[in-house]
Amino acid sequence: MDKFTRLTATACPLDVTNLNTDQLVPARYLKWPRSADMGKVLLHDLRFDADGKERSDFPLNRPAWRDAKIMVGARNFGCGSSREAAVYALYDFGIRCVIAPSFGDIFSGNAVQNGLLLAAVTEAEAAEIMATLSATPDLPLTVDLEQQTILCGNRSYTFSIDPVRRMRLLNGWDDLALTDSFRGQILAFKTSDKARRPWVTPRSAT
Amino acid sequence: MSEPQTLIDKLWAAHEIVRREDGEALLWVDRHYVHEGSFHAFTRLAERGVGVAEPGLTFGVADHYVPTRGSRQEIANPEIARMVRQVEENTAKHGVKLFGLDDPRQGIVHVVGPEQGLTLPGLLIVCGDSHTSTHGALGAYAFGIGASEVAHVLMTQTIWQRKPRRMRITVDGRLAPGIVAKDIALGIIAKIGADGATSHGIEFAGSAIRGLTVEGRLTLCNMSIEAGARCGMIAPDATTFAYLKGRPYAPDGADFDRAVEAWSELTTDDDASFDREVDLTAPEIAPIVTWGTSPEHALPIDASVPDPAREGDEARARYLREALDYMGIAPGKKLTDIAVDRVFIGSCTNSRIEDLRAAAAVLAGRTSKVPGLVSAGSSLVKRQAEEEGLDRIFRDAGLEWGESGCSMCVGINGDLVAPGERCASTTNRNFRGRQGPGARTHLMSPAMVAAAAVTGHLADVRPLLAGRKV
Repeated sequence: MDKFTRLTATACPLDVTNLNTDQLVPARYLKWPRSADMGKVLLHDLRFDADGKERSDFPLNRPAWRDAKIMVGARNFGCGSSREAAVYALYDFGIRCVIAPSFGDIFSGNAVQNGLLLAAVTEAEAAEIMATLSATPDLPLTVDLEQQTILCGNRSYTFSIDPVRRMRLLNGWDDLALTDSFRGQILAFKTSDKARRPWVTPRSAT
Repeated sequence: MSEPQTLIDKLWAAHEIVRREDGEALLWVDRHYVHEGSFHAFTRLAERGVGVAEPGLTFGVADHYVPTRGSRQEIANPEIARMVRQVEENTAKHGVKLFGLDDPRQGIVHVVGPEQGLTLPGLLIVCGDSHTSTHGALGAYAFGIGASEVAHVLMTQTIWQRKPRRMRITVDGRLAPGIVAKDIALGIIAKIGADGATSHGIEFAGSAIRGLTVEGRLTLCNMSIEAGARCGMIAPDATTFAYLKGRPYAPDGADFDRAVEAWSELTTDDDASFDREVDLTAPEIAPIVTWGTSPEHALPIDASVPDPAREGDEARARYLREALDYMGIAPGKKLTDIAVDRVFIGSCTNSRIEDLRAAAAVLAGRTSKVPGLVSAGSSLVKRQAEEEGLDRIFRDAGLEWGESGCSMCVGINGDLVAPGERCASTTNRNFRGRQGPGARTHLMSPAMVAAAAVTGHLADVRPLLAGRKV
């Protein structure tokens, strides 16, 4: 997993409350293997019309934000389905950080697994950043994970993130390596748990 | 004396292998359910050349992509056939039991788990599907995870988690006649919002919850995720134990009695404190339908949709306007004036035998004014419904009686609502395009969907139940 420390890039505002993962990647693309470029279908049904033509008024299609690496969203970003492809689509498109007031829980877990930073700010701050970007689309944002700050023009905002997830992103840590270091404890738990909760074992059936 | 604990605390503590100083804990997983969509994780295993750590605790189903119409042995669509074949191959390769298309127990994972007695009180259950919260209805700690986490669980039978905040939603009093778990669920989401329970686990409590059948409890816990919750649960009680007794994978005989003894401890202690408490008064809950594109856009059936022009806050007005525009509904329109084009009865939310009976009670002797599909939650539910003659009632009303699967809830098996069409649906998500690009979804209970079918518009089911046995 790639590390995240500091990023300066253009940022696309997407003021959609409850932007669910069905919007981030429609279900019909979930059959694609991870090797496919899911960025092509990011926000597909909002980005393209029924004939597959770009909707010119959609933020991600505007010239200034086509190569955005940061997205600024509204409350409950990434709610809904557990599809990790929602994160793959953002990541493959080039997005490395989403700034929003709140995020879906499962989406948040998926993001950290893939090196995507989710930076939480207040609703007022998100609205203010989006307003600034709408007025000055080319203005790059600087997101600093060590400092937990977002620099937007002459304004600086502090964002919150779970400290564990922050460390994982900063170091590019993988869950599995960490879990492996607890192999002894897992085995001990398994053994004592069998005695403690014998009813957990599924009754054998065919 | 030790500190009073909530049910969430007790379940969490029972699964904690390691707790790090930073608060993250490594938890033991008692059941892991996989389906066609879990292929990313199996690919990860293949890349690393490793196997499944606990195949005996892992169970597969074919549900998301399976056809509900036409041949299931020779699936016409090659991509869908490949998805089904993939889960067959992956589970076979790793010695994981699969409830596949040739198995009479096949069905939606969140129906099959409880039905088979795989889901039990006190278990920690994960699945790469957000509606895994369903299983909390039996007193389990159950939550949906993403593909990377599925791979981690397959490889280690453990998962890293931070303990959620604890929310108790208490619903006291008697539900009015015709009011069911779906109405409670939508009422809660309307009250607290689609993110009202984000980063929380919910315990549902109160006399109205205790009075629910297991089927109703499964519906309610299923919808916890639509309020943003990590998981939803109900303390196991006599209703739970009676439901589980005799289920194929549940303990039996003296083992069952001993298990019940242990499960009976799984309640919130008196004086235990929650991070947040929400109360609802059962008799005040009316039949509820959604009008917009988020489950929080839910209103009692006798209400009118919002009028953004009367909304003081500009951002809020825009939010409502966008939802109404997508749904093709004029501001301020009465819900009962909204005509529907199609109905769907099915999904992990509302496809169990009790749901089908409730819809059939309304449809019996009546004709649906619009086409529709009924897809039982499992092949066993389907068989039972046929034994009870419910399939005839649906067919006589003009609805299609399909095979079991996720079907028109998510549409990836090809069961789609056409662009612009309006569907009264027993499912869980009224998101834009959820049932197909451009599709418009109204969520409600099975009986309310039946009412929409026979009237051709959103309707209060209660007058239609007069004089009927339900």
